[in-house]
Amino acid sequence: MASGTLEETREALHSGASTSRALVESSLSRARGSEERLACFTRLRGEAALAEGSQSDERRVQGDVLGPLDGVPVAIKDNMVMRGEESRCASRILEGFVSPYTSTAVERLCAAGSVVVGHTNMDEFAMGSSTEHSCFAPTRNPWDPDCTPGGSSGGSAAAVAAGLVPVALGSDTGGSIRQPASLCGVVGLKPTYGRVSRYGLIAYASSLDQIGVFARSAADAAEVLTVIAGHDPQDSTSVPEPVPTFGDALDGDVSGLVVGLPSEYFESAEGCAPEVLEAVREAVATLERAGARVCDVSLPHTRYAVPTYYLIATAEASSNLARFDGVRYGRRAEEPKDLGDMYRRSRSEGFGPEVKRRILLGTYVLSAGYYDAYYRKAQQVRTLLRRDFQRAFEQCDVLATPTAPEVAFGLGEKTDDPLRMYLSDIFTVSANLAGVPAVSLPCGFSRGLPIGLQLMGAALDESRLLKVADAYQRLSDHHVQRPPEFA
Amino acid sequence: MARDLGAILEYAESLATVDTEGVPPTAHVIPLTTPLRDDAPQSPIDPELAVANAPLAAGSAFVVPRVIEGEEEG
Repeated sequence: MASGTLEETREALHSGASTSRALVESSLSRARGSEERLACFTRLRGEAALAEGSQSDERRVQGDVLGPLDGVPVAIKDNMVMRGEESRCASRILEGFVSPYTSTAVERLCAAGSVVVGHTNMDEFAMGSSTEHSCFAPTRNPWDPDCTPGGSSGGSAAAVAAGLVPVALGSDTGGSIRQPASLCGVVGLKPTYGRVSRYGLIAYASSLDQIGVFARSAADAAEVLTVIAGHDPQDSTSVPEPVPTFGDALDGDVSGLVVGLPSEYFESAEGCAPEVLEAVREAVATLERAGARVCDVSLPHTRYAVPTYYLIATAEASSNLARFDGVRYGRRAEEPKDLGDMYRRSRSEGFGPEVKRRILLGTYVLSAGYYDAYYRKAQQVRTLLRRDFQRAFEQCDVLATPTAPEVAFGLGEKTDDPLRMYLSDIFTVSANLAGVPAVSLPCGFSRGLPIGLQLMGAALDESRLLKVADAYQRLSDHHVQRPPEFA
Repeated sequence: MARDLGAILEYAESLATVDTEGVPPTAHVIPLTTPLRDDAPQSPIDPELAVANAPLAAGSAFVVPRVIEGEEEG
Protein backbone atom coordinates (compact mmCIF):
# COMPACT_ATOMS: atom_id res chain seq x y z
CA MET A 1 0.00 0.00 0.00
CA ALA A 2 1.30 3.44 -0.93
CA SER A 3 2.39 5.82 1.83
CA GLY A 4 -0.26 8.21 2.96
CA THR A 5 0.40 11.80 3.87
CA LEU A 6 2.52 12.61 6.91
CA GLU A 7 -0.69 13.38 8.76
CA GLU A 8 -2.17 9.97 7.89
CA THR A 9 1.10 8.22 8.76
CA ARG A 10 1.23 9.89 12.15
CA GLU A 11 -2.41 8.99 12.80
CA ALA A 12 -1.76 5.34 11.88
CA LEU A 13 1.17 5.22 14.32
CA HIS A 14 -0.75 7.03 17.04
CA SER A 15 -3.85 4.83 16.82
CA GLY A 16 -1.83 1.63 16.63
CA ALA A 17 -3.18 0.83 13.17
CA SER A 18 0.43 0.44 12.06
CA THR A 19 3.93 0.33 13.47
CA SER A 20 7.00 2.21 12.39
CA ARG A 21 8.73 -1.05 11.48
CA ALA A 22 5.80 -2.07 9.28
CA LEU A 23 5.79 1.34 7.58
CA VAL A 24 9.54 1.19 7.01
CA GLU A 25 9.25 -2.35 5.68
CA SER A 26 6.51 -1.27 3.30
CA SER A 27 8.56 1.74 2.10
CA LEU A 28 11.59 -0.47 1.49
CA SER A 29 9.62 -3.11 -0.36
CA ARG A 30 7.84 -0.57 -2.57
CA ALA A 31 11.15 1.18 -3.24
CA ARG A 32 12.65 -2.15 -4.34
CA GLY A 33 9.57 -3.04 -6.35
CA SER A 34 9.68 0.25 -8.27
CA GLU A 35 13.47 0.25 -8.68
CA GLU A 36 13.48 -0.74 -12.34
CA ARG A 37 10.50 1.42 -13.23
CA LEU A 38 11.51 4.62 -11.37
CA ALA A 39 15.06 4.41 -9.92
CA CYS A 40 14.21 6.82 -7.08
CA PHE A 41 16.95 5.61 -4.73
CA THR A 42 20.69 5.26 -5.03
CA ARG A 43 20.90 3.14 -1.86
CA LEU A 44 18.39 1.79 0.62
CA ARG A 45 19.27 1.45 4.30
CA GLY A 46 17.53 -1.92 4.70
CA GLU A 47 18.29 -3.54 8.05
CA ALA A 48 19.49 -0.32 9.68
CA ALA A 49 16.19 1.38 8.85
CA LEU A 50 14.14 -1.59 10.06
CA ALA A 51 16.06 -1.57 13.36
CA GLU A 52 15.39 2.15 13.79
CA GLY A 53 11.71 1.50 13.09
CA SER A 54 11.66 -1.09 15.86
CA GLN A 55 13.35 1.37 18.24
CA SER A 56 10.65 3.91 17.48
CA ASP A 57 7.96 1.33 18.18
CA GLU A 58 9.68 0.54 21.46
CA ARG A 59 9.62 4.23 22.43
CA ARG A 60 5.93 4.37 21.64
CA VAL A 61 5.20 1.39 23.85
CA GLN A 62 7.16 3.05 26.66
CA GLY A 63 5.29 6.32 26.19
CA ASP A 64 8.48 8.14 25.11
CA VAL A 65 7.41 9.35 21.67
CA LEU A 66 9.93 11.98 20.52
CA GLY A 67 7.44 14.09 18.59
CA PRO A 68 5.21 14.21 15.55
CA LEU A 69 7.83 12.71 13.21
CA ASP A 70 8.74 9.75 15.43
CA GLY A 71 8.66 6.53 13.43
CA VAL A 72 7.91 8.24 10.10
CA PRO A 73 9.85 6.87 7.09
CA VAL A 74 11.70 9.61 5.19
CA ALA A 75 14.09 9.73 2.25
CA ILE A 76 17.09 12.04 1.88
CA LYS A 77 18.84 13.25 -1.24
CA ASP A 78 22.20 11.62 -1.98
CA ASN A 79 24.06 14.87 -1.22
CA MET A 80 23.34 14.89 2.53
CA VAL A 81 25.90 12.89 4.44
CA MET A 82 25.17 10.33 7.15
CA ARG A 83 27.85 8.98 9.43
CA GLY A 84 29.08 5.54 8.43
CA GLU A 85 27.20 5.56 5.13
CA GLU A 86 28.16 6.10 1.55
CA SER A 87 27.18 9.49 0.09
CA ARG A 88 27.67 9.70 -3.63
CA CYS A 89 26.00 12.86 -4.98
CA ALA A 90 25.20 10.41 -7.81
CA SER A 91 28.82 10.79 -8.95
CA ARG A 92 31.51 8.31 -9.87
CA ILE A 93 34.09 10.51 -8.16
CA LEU A 94 32.61 9.79 -4.72
CA GLU A 95 32.66 6.04 -5.18
CA GLY A 96 33.33 4.44 -1.81
CA PHE A 97 33.13 7.69 0.18
CA VAL A 98 31.85 6.92 3.68
CA SER A 99 31.02 10.00 5.71
CA PRO A 100 32.61 10.42 9.14
CA TYR A 101 29.72 12.69 10.27
CA THR A 102 26.02 13.40 9.76
CA SER A 103 24.51 16.51 8.19
CA THR A 104 22.60 18.73 10.60
CA ALA A 105 19.25 18.53 8.81
CA VAL A 106 19.38 14.73 8.81
CA GLU A 107 20.64 14.67 12.40
CA ARG A 108 17.60 16.74 13.43
CA LEU A 109 15.20 14.43 11.58
CA CYS A 110 16.77 11.41 13.26
CA ALA A 111 16.72 13.09 16.66
CA ALA A 112 12.97 13.58 16.12
CA GLY A 113 12.64 9.83 15.58
CA SER A 114 12.24 9.77 11.79
CA VAL A 115 13.65 6.76 9.99
CA VAL A 116 15.75 7.41 6.90
CA VAL A 117 14.89 4.57 4.52
CA GLY A 118 17.35 5.53 1.81
CA HIS A 119 19.34 8.03 -0.23
CA THR A 120 17.60 9.40 -3.31
CA ASN A 121 18.79 9.78 -6.86
CA MET A 122 19.78 13.18 -8.25
CA ASP A 123 21.64 14.94 -11.02
CA GLU A 124 25.34 14.57 -10.29
CA PHE A 125 26.34 17.18 -7.67
CA ALA A 126 22.81 18.65 -8.03
CA MET A 127 23.67 20.04 -11.46
CA GLY A 128 20.75 19.47 -13.76
CA SER A 129 17.01 19.76 -14.15
CA SER A 130 16.01 16.21 -15.07
CA THR A 131 17.88 13.68 -12.85
CA GLU A 132 19.33 12.25 -16.06
CA HIS A 133 22.84 13.43 -15.12
CA SER A 134 23.16 10.70 -12.48
CA CYS A 135 25.96 8.13 -12.58
CA PHE A 136 23.20 5.66 -11.75
CA ALA A 137 20.10 5.14 -13.89
CA PRO A 138 17.96 8.23 -14.60
CA THR A 139 14.93 8.57 -12.31
CA ARG A 140 11.58 8.43 -14.13
CA ASN A 141 8.38 10.31 -13.50
CA PRO A 142 5.68 8.26 -11.73
CA TRP A 143 3.01 10.00 -13.83
CA ASP A 144 4.66 8.85 -17.05
CA PRO A 145 7.82 6.75 -16.97
CA ASP A 146 8.83 8.07 -20.40
CA CYS A 147 9.18 11.51 -18.82
CA THR A 148 11.79 12.89 -16.44
CA PRO A 149 10.78 13.82 -12.88
CA GLY A 150 12.66 17.12 -13.21
CA GLY A 151 15.75 17.73 -11.13
CA SER A 152 18.07 17.85 -9.55
CA SER A 153 16.16 16.34 -6.56
CA GLY A 154 14.18 14.07 -8.91
CA GLY A 155 14.57 10.95 -6.77
CA SER A 156 13.05 12.61 -3.69
CA ALA A 157 10.20 14.14 -5.74
CA ALA A 158 9.36 10.86 -7.49
CA ALA A 159 9.60 8.89 -4.22
CA VAL A 160 6.98 11.12 -2.59
CA ALA A 161 4.79 11.20 -5.73
CA ALA A 162 4.85 7.39 -6.00
CA GLY A 163 3.96 7.04 -2.31
CA LEU A 164 7.23 5.35 -1.36
CA VAL A 165 7.64 7.77 1.57
CA PRO A 166 5.34 10.50 2.93
CA VAL A 167 8.12 13.11 3.03
CA ALA A 168 11.66 13.57 1.74
CA LEU A 169 14.48 16.09 1.90
CA GLY A 170 16.00 17.73 -1.16
CA SER A 171 18.25 20.66 -1.91
CA ASP A 172 17.46 23.67 -4.08
CA THR A 173 20.17 25.85 -5.65
CA GLY A 174 18.21 27.16 -8.65
CA GLY A 175 14.93 25.28 -8.44
CA SER A 176 16.08 21.73 -7.67
CA ILE A 177 13.25 21.16 -5.18
CA ARG A 178 10.45 23.22 -6.75
CA GLN A 179 10.83 22.21 -10.41
CA PRO A 180 10.77 18.42 -9.72
CA ALA A 181 7.91 18.97 -7.24
CA SER A 182 6.02 20.71 -10.05
CA LEU A 183 6.74 17.96 -12.58
CA CYS A 184 5.84 15.18 -10.10
CA GLY A 185 2.71 16.78 -8.62
CA VAL A 186 3.90 17.14 -5.02
CA VAL A 187 4.67 20.02 -2.68
CA GLY A 188 8.28 21.28 -2.75
CA LEU A 189 9.43 23.89 -0.26
CA LYS A 190 12.67 25.86 -0.52
CA PRO A 191 13.08 27.82 2.71
CA THR A 192 14.81 31.19 3.06
CA TYR A 193 18.57 30.97 2.41
CA GLY A 194 20.14 30.18 5.79
CA ARG A 195 16.93 28.88 7.40
CA VAL A 196 18.21 25.29 7.37
CA SER A 197 21.86 24.49 8.11
CA ARG A 198 23.97 23.41 5.14
CA TYR A 199 26.40 21.52 7.37
CA GLY A 200 26.86 18.13 5.73
CA LEU A 201 25.19 19.14 2.47
CA ILE A 202 27.81 18.49 -0.21
CA ALA A 203 28.24 21.96 -1.69
CA TYR A 204 27.35 23.00 -5.23
CA ALA A 205 26.95 26.81 -5.03
CA SER A 206 27.27 27.88 -1.43
CA SER A 207 25.55 31.28 -1.64
CA LEU A 208 22.47 29.67 -3.24
CA ASP A 209 22.19 26.12 -1.82
CA GLN A 210 19.36 25.46 0.60
CA ILE A 211 17.88 22.25 2.02
CA GLY A 212 14.11 21.87 1.88
CA VAL A 213 11.19 19.50 1.94
CA PHE A 214 9.04 17.39 -0.38
CA ALA A 215 5.62 16.44 0.95
CA ARG A 216 2.07 15.79 -0.15
CA SER A 217 0.68 18.92 1.51
CA ALA A 218 1.86 22.32 2.68
CA ALA A 219 0.84 21.35 6.22
CA ASP A 220 3.13 18.31 6.09
CA ALA A 221 5.98 20.42 4.73
CA ALA A 222 5.47 22.92 7.57
CA GLU A 223 5.81 20.12 10.09
CA VAL A 224 9.13 18.92 8.69
CA LEU A 225 10.52 22.44 8.29
CA THR A 226 9.84 23.12 11.97
CA VAL A 227 12.09 20.18 12.85
CA ILE A 228 15.01 20.84 10.48
CA ALA A 229 15.16 24.67 10.60
CA GLY A 230 17.25 26.80 12.93
CA HIS A 231 20.67 28.16 13.63
CA ASP A 232 23.58 25.75 13.66
CA PRO A 233 27.00 26.72 15.00
CA GLN A 234 28.49 24.42 12.33
CA ASP A 235 27.12 26.64 9.53
CA SER A 236 27.99 30.28 10.02
CA THR A 237 25.55 31.26 7.27
CA SER A 238 22.59 29.69 9.07
CA VAL A 239 20.31 32.42 10.36
CA PRO A 240 20.29 32.98 14.14
CA GLU A 241 16.54 33.67 14.25
CA PRO A 242 13.93 31.82 16.30
CA VAL A 243 12.02 29.07 14.49
CA PRO A 244 8.24 29.24 14.85
CA THR A 245 6.06 26.14 14.79
CA PHE A 246 5.15 26.75 11.17
CA GLY A 247 1.95 24.68 11.40
CA ASP A 248 0.49 27.21 13.86
CA ALA A 249 0.07 29.78 11.10
CA LEU A 250 -2.09 27.51 8.95
CA ASP A 251 -5.59 28.79 9.69
CA GLY A 252 -6.94 28.75 6.13
CA ASP A 253 -7.69 32.47 6.27
CA VAL A 254 -6.32 34.53 3.38
CA SER A 255 -8.76 37.41 3.63
CA GLY A 256 -6.92 40.68 3.27
CA LEU A 257 -3.66 39.06 2.14
CA VAL A 258 -2.21 40.46 -1.06
CA VAL A 259 -1.04 38.15 -3.83
CA GLY A 260 1.27 39.83 -6.33
CA LEU A 261 1.46 38.70 -9.94
CA PRO A 262 4.83 39.68 -11.45
CA SER A 263 3.93 40.75 -14.98
CA GLU A 264 7.30 39.56 -16.37
CA TYR A 265 6.40 35.96 -15.43
CA PHE A 266 3.10 36.10 -17.30
CA GLU A 267 3.44 38.50 -20.22
CA SER A 268 6.90 37.90 -21.57
CA ALA A 269 7.18 34.31 -20.41
CA GLU A 270 9.05 32.95 -23.42
CA GLY A 271 8.08 29.40 -24.09
CA CYS A 272 5.67 29.05 -21.17
CA ALA A 273 2.91 26.64 -22.11
CA PRO A 274 -0.53 28.34 -22.26
CA GLU A 275 -2.15 25.59 -20.18
CA VAL A 276 0.41 26.24 -17.43
CA LEU A 277 -0.40 29.96 -17.36
CA GLU A 278 -4.11 29.18 -17.36
CA ALA A 279 -3.86 26.77 -14.40
CA VAL A 280 -1.80 29.29 -12.42
CA ARG A 281 -4.32 32.08 -13.12
CA GLU A 282 -7.13 29.79 -12.01
CA ALA A 283 -5.27 29.02 -8.76
CA VAL A 284 -4.84 32.74 -8.14
CA ALA A 285 -8.57 33.24 -8.81
CA THR A 286 -9.29 30.58 -6.16
CA LEU A 287 -7.31 32.56 -3.61
CA GLU A 288 -9.08 35.75 -4.70
CA ARG A 289 -12.49 34.15 -4.18
CA ALA A 290 -11.33 33.19 -0.67
CA GLY A 291 -10.75 36.86 0.14
CA ALA A 292 -7.18 37.53 -0.97
CA ARG A 293 -6.50 40.69 -2.95
CA VAL A 294 -4.60 40.30 -6.21
CA CYS A 295 -2.36 43.00 -7.63
CA ASP A 296 0.08 43.31 -10.50
CA VAL A 297 3.70 43.89 -9.56
CA SER A 298 6.91 44.14 -11.53
CA LEU A 299 10.24 42.35 -11.12
CA PRO A 300 11.95 44.22 -13.97
CA HIS A 301 15.24 42.29 -13.97
CA THR A 302 13.60 38.88 -14.31
CA ARG A 303 14.92 38.24 -17.80
CA TYR A 304 18.50 38.44 -16.50
CA ALA A 305 17.95 35.89 -13.73
CA VAL A 306 18.97 32.75 -15.65
CA PRO A 307 22.27 34.12 -17.04
CA THR A 308 23.05 35.68 -13.64
CA TYR A 309 22.37 32.37 -11.97
CA TYR A 310 24.52 30.33 -14.33
CA LEU A 311 27.50 32.68 -13.95
CA ILE A 312 27.35 32.80 -10.15
CA ALA A 313 26.48 29.14 -9.61
CA THR A 314 29.19 27.83 -11.93
CA ALA A 315 31.79 30.17 -10.41
CA GLU A 316 31.01 28.87 -6.93
CA ALA A 317 30.87 25.28 -8.20
CA SER A 318 34.31 25.52 -9.78
CA SER A 319 35.69 26.55 -6.42
CA ASN A 320 33.72 24.02 -4.34
CA LEU A 321 34.46 21.05 -6.57
CA ALA A 322 38.21 21.67 -6.53
CA ARG A 323 38.24 19.55 -3.38
CA PHE A 324 37.63 16.41 -5.42
CA ASP A 325 41.22 15.76 -6.31
CA GLY A 326 41.68 12.05 -5.73
CA VAL A 327 43.79 12.67 -2.60
CA ARG A 328 41.61 12.85 0.49
CA TYR A 329 38.48 10.94 -0.51
CA GLY A 330 36.72 9.53 -3.50
CA ARG A 331 38.11 8.01 -6.61
CA ARG A 332 41.73 8.19 -7.75
CA ALA A 333 42.82 7.28 -11.27
CA GLU A 334 44.88 4.13 -11.38
CA GLU A 335 48.66 4.28 -11.65
CA PRO A 336 49.09 8.00 -12.21
CA LYS A 337 52.46 8.91 -13.69
CA ASP A 338 52.72 12.08 -11.62
CA LEU A 339 50.62 14.45 -9.51
CA GLY A 340 49.25 16.39 -12.49
CA ASP A 341 48.28 13.21 -14.25
CA MET A 342 46.55 12.00 -11.09
CA TYR A 343 44.45 15.19 -10.77
CA ARG A 344 43.65 15.29 -14.47
CA ARG A 345 42.63 11.68 -14.86
CA SER A 346 40.86 11.37 -11.48
CA ARG A 347 38.64 14.29 -12.47
CA SER A 348 38.25 13.36 -16.14
CA GLU A 349 37.17 9.85 -15.19
CA GLY A 350 35.20 10.82 -12.10
CA PHE A 351 33.02 13.72 -13.24
CA GLY A 352 30.17 13.50 -15.76
CA PRO A 353 29.72 15.91 -18.70
CA GLU A 354 27.39 18.45 -17.04
CA VAL A 355 29.65 18.80 -14.01
CA LYS A 356 32.67 19.29 -16.29
CA ARG A 357 30.78 21.88 -18.30
CA ARG A 358 29.95 23.90 -15.19
CA ILE A 359 33.44 23.64 -13.69
CA LEU A 360 34.95 24.86 -16.98
CA LEU A 361 32.43 27.69 -17.28
CA GLY A 362 32.94 28.72 -13.65
CA THR A 363 36.71 28.67 -13.95
CA TYR A 364 36.46 30.80 -17.07
CA VAL A 365 34.16 33.46 -15.58
CA LEU A 366 36.45 33.76 -12.55
CA SER A 367 39.63 34.09 -14.62
CA ALA A 368 41.49 37.39 -14.37
CA GLY A 369 40.55 38.72 -17.81
CA TYR A 370 36.84 37.93 -17.54
CA TYR A 371 36.11 38.35 -13.83
CA ASP A 372 34.66 41.87 -14.11
CA ALA A 373 32.70 41.24 -17.31
CA TYR A 374 31.04 38.05 -16.10
CA TYR A 375 31.30 37.26 -12.40
CA ARG A 376 31.30 40.75 -10.92
CA LYS A 377 28.65 41.87 -13.38
CA ALA A 378 26.44 38.94 -12.37
CA GLN A 379 26.88 39.82 -8.70
CA GLN A 380 25.78 43.38 -9.45
CA VAL A 381 22.71 42.20 -11.36
CA ARG A 382 21.99 39.95 -8.38
CA THR A 383 21.73 43.10 -6.27
CA LEU A 384 19.21 44.54 -8.75
CA LEU A 385 17.18 41.32 -8.62
CA ARG A 386 17.15 41.43 -4.82
CA ARG A 387 15.94 45.03 -4.92
CA ASP A 388 13.15 44.00 -7.32
CA PHE A 389 11.92 41.55 -4.69
CA GLN A 390 12.25 44.04 -1.82
CA ARG A 391 10.07 46.51 -3.74
CA ALA A 392 7.54 43.84 -4.68
CA PHE A 393 7.11 42.75 -1.06
CA GLU A 394 6.32 46.33 -0.09
CA GLN A 395 3.18 45.88 -2.19
CA CYS A 396 2.20 42.27 -1.55
CA ASP A 397 2.51 39.39 0.90
CA VAL A 398 3.31 36.62 -1.55
CA LEU A 399 4.08 36.38 -5.26
CA ALA A 400 2.34 33.81 -7.46
CA THR A 401 3.90 32.46 -10.68
CA PRO A 402 4.24 29.20 -12.58
CA THR A 403 6.97 26.94 -11.13
CA ALA A 404 8.14 25.56 -14.47
CA PRO A 405 7.31 26.69 -18.00
CA GLU A 406 5.90 23.30 -18.96
CA VAL A 407 4.82 19.92 -17.64
CA ALA A 408 7.23 16.96 -17.46
CA PHE A 409 9.33 16.53 -20.60
CA GLY A 410 10.56 13.31 -22.20
CA LEU A 411 13.73 11.49 -21.20
CA GLY A 412 16.57 12.54 -23.47
CA GLU A 413 14.62 15.50 -24.86
CA LYS A 414 17.00 18.18 -23.54
CA THR A 415 20.22 16.37 -22.68
CA ASP A 416 21.88 17.45 -25.93
CA ASP A 417 21.05 21.12 -25.47
CA PRO A 418 22.28 22.39 -22.09
CA LEU A 419 20.99 25.91 -22.66
CA ARG A 420 17.49 24.61 -23.27
CA MET A 421 17.75 22.53 -20.10
CA TYR A 422 18.84 25.66 -18.17
CA LEU A 423 15.66 27.45 -19.26
CA SER A 424 13.64 24.88 -17.25
CA ASP A 425 14.72 27.00 -14.26
CA ILE A 426 13.51 30.31 -15.67
CA PHE A 427 10.86 30.88 -12.94
CA THR A 428 12.76 29.37 -10.01
CA VAL A 429 16.31 30.79 -10.02
CA SER A 430 15.27 34.27 -8.85
CA ALA A 431 14.18 33.03 -5.41
CA ASN A 432 17.67 31.59 -4.87
CA LEU A 433 19.42 34.73 -6.09
CA ALA A 434 17.25 36.86 -3.78
CA GLY A 435 17.42 34.30 -0.94
CA VAL A 436 13.65 34.28 -0.40
CA PRO A 437 11.49 31.24 0.46
CA ALA A 438 9.33 29.65 -2.23
CA VAL A 439 7.05 26.67 -2.58
CA SER A 440 5.62 24.73 -5.51
CA LEU A 441 2.10 23.33 -5.23
CA PRO A 442 0.11 21.13 -7.63
CA CYS A 443 -2.48 23.35 -9.38
CA GLY A 444 -3.77 21.32 -12.33
CA PHE A 445 -2.98 18.85 -15.06
CA SER A 446 -2.22 18.94 -18.74
CA ARG A 447 -2.26 15.71 -20.76
CA GLY A 448 -2.37 13.82 -17.47
CA LEU A 449 0.81 15.49 -16.17
CA PRO A 450 0.90 17.81 -13.14
CA ILE A 451 1.29 21.61 -13.31
CA GLY A 452 2.93 23.57 -10.49
CA LEU A 453 2.01 26.91 -8.90
CA GLN A 454 4.94 28.73 -7.31
CA LEU A 455 4.41 31.02 -4.34
CA MET A 456 7.33 33.15 -3.13
CA GLY A 457 7.47 35.02 0.18
CA ALA A 458 9.64 37.60 1.88
CA ALA A 459 12.83 36.42 3.60
CA LEU A 460 12.11 34.43 6.80
CA ASP A 461 8.37 34.73 6.20
CA GLU A 462 7.75 31.01 5.62
CA SER A 463 4.78 31.17 8.00
CA ARG A 464 2.80 33.44 5.71
CA LEU A 465 3.96 31.60 2.60
CA LEU A 466 2.82 28.25 4.02
CA LYS A 467 -0.41 29.78 5.30
CA VAL A 468 -1.36 30.82 1.75
CA ALA A 469 -0.20 27.48 0.33
CA ASP A 470 -2.25 25.56 2.88
CA ALA A 471 -5.29 27.78 2.31
CA TYR A 472 -5.10 27.03 -1.41
CA GLN A 473 -4.92 23.30 -0.71
CA ARG A 474 -8.02 23.48 1.48
CA LEU A 475 -9.83 24.81 -1.59
CA SER A 476 -8.36 22.49 -4.25
CA ASP A 477 -7.79 18.79 -4.73
CA HIS A 478 -4.89 18.64 -7.20
CA HIS A 479 -2.47 17.63 -4.45
CA VAL A 480 -4.50 14.56 -3.49
CA GLN A 481 -4.38 13.09 -7.01
CA ARG A 482 -2.04 10.12 -7.34
CA PRO A 483 -0.24 8.72 -10.37
CA PRO A 484 -2.61 5.92 -11.50
CA GLU A 485 0.12 3.30 -11.43
CA PHE A 486 1.06 4.16 -7.83
CA ALA A 487 -2.35 5.05 -6.34
CA MET B 1 31.67 20.90 -25.20
CA ALA B 2 33.38 24.02 -26.65
CA ARG B 3 30.27 24.77 -28.72
CA ASP B 4 27.99 24.40 -25.65
CA LEU B 5 30.18 26.74 -23.60
CA GLY B 6 30.24 29.27 -26.44
CA ALA B 7 26.45 29.25 -26.66
CA ILE B 8 26.08 29.65 -22.89
CA LEU B 9 28.54 32.56 -22.75
CA GLU B 10 26.81 34.23 -25.68
CA TYR B 11 23.53 33.92 -23.79
CA ALA B 12 25.19 35.48 -20.73
CA GLU B 13 26.27 38.46 -22.84
CA SER B 14 22.79 39.92 -22.30
CA LEU B 15 23.99 41.06 -18.86
CA ALA B 16 26.30 43.56 -20.56
CA THR B 17 23.22 45.64 -21.47
CA VAL B 18 22.20 46.13 -17.81
CA ASP B 19 23.22 49.45 -16.28
CA THR B 20 25.06 48.51 -13.08
CA GLU B 21 26.93 51.77 -12.58
CA GLY B 22 27.41 52.24 -8.84
CA VAL B 23 25.53 49.02 -7.95
CA PRO B 24 27.34 47.07 -5.24
CA PRO B 25 27.84 43.34 -5.92
CA THR B 26 25.94 40.77 -3.85
CA ALA B 27 28.12 37.92 -2.66
CA HIS B 28 25.69 36.86 0.03
CA VAL B 29 21.99 37.63 0.56
CA ILE B 30 21.60 37.70 4.31
CA PRO B 31 23.41 40.45 6.20
CA LEU B 32 25.23 38.43 8.83
CA THR B 33 28.26 39.29 10.85
CA THR B 34 30.92 36.65 11.18
CA PRO B 35 30.10 34.77 14.36
CA LEU B 36 32.97 34.17 16.76
CA ARG B 37 33.14 31.49 19.39
CA ASP B 38 35.38 31.27 22.43
CA ASP B 39 38.87 30.17 21.59
CA ALA B 40 38.47 26.96 23.55
CA PRO B 41 40.11 23.68 22.56
CA GLN B 42 37.82 21.08 21.04
CA SER B 43 38.54 17.46 20.25
CA PRO B 44 39.51 17.14 16.58
CA ILE B 45 38.37 14.40 14.27
CA ASP B 46 40.25 11.16 14.91
CA PRO B 47 43.23 11.19 12.47
CA GLU B 48 42.53 7.63 11.38
CA LEU B 49 38.95 8.54 10.60
CA ALA B 50 40.18 11.62 8.72
CA VAL B 51 42.24 9.54 6.31
CA ALA B 52 39.86 6.59 6.23
CA ASN B 53 38.42 7.74 2.89
CA ALA B 54 41.78 8.38 1.21
CA PRO B 55 42.47 6.22 -1.84
CA LEU B 56 46.01 5.82 -0.47
CA ALA B 57 47.12 6.57 3.09
CA ALA B 58 50.00 5.74 5.38
CA GLY B 59 49.30 6.08 9.09
CA SER B 60 47.65 9.46 9.45
CA ALA B 61 49.07 10.83 6.17
CA PHE B 62 47.64 11.04 2.65
CA VAL B 63 49.92 9.49 0.06
CA VAL B 64 50.35 11.24 -3.29
CA PRO B 65 52.67 10.65 -6.26
CA ARG B 66 56.17 12.01 -5.72
CA VAL B 67 56.33 15.77 -6.48
CA ILE B 68 60.00 16.56 -5.79
CA GLU B 69 62.39 15.43 -8.50
CA GLY B 70 65.94 14.27 -8.24
CA GLU B 71 66.07 12.82 -4.75
CA GLU B 72 66.68 9.22 -3.93
CA GLU B 73 63.86 7.32 -2.30
CA GLY B 74 64.43 7.51 1.46
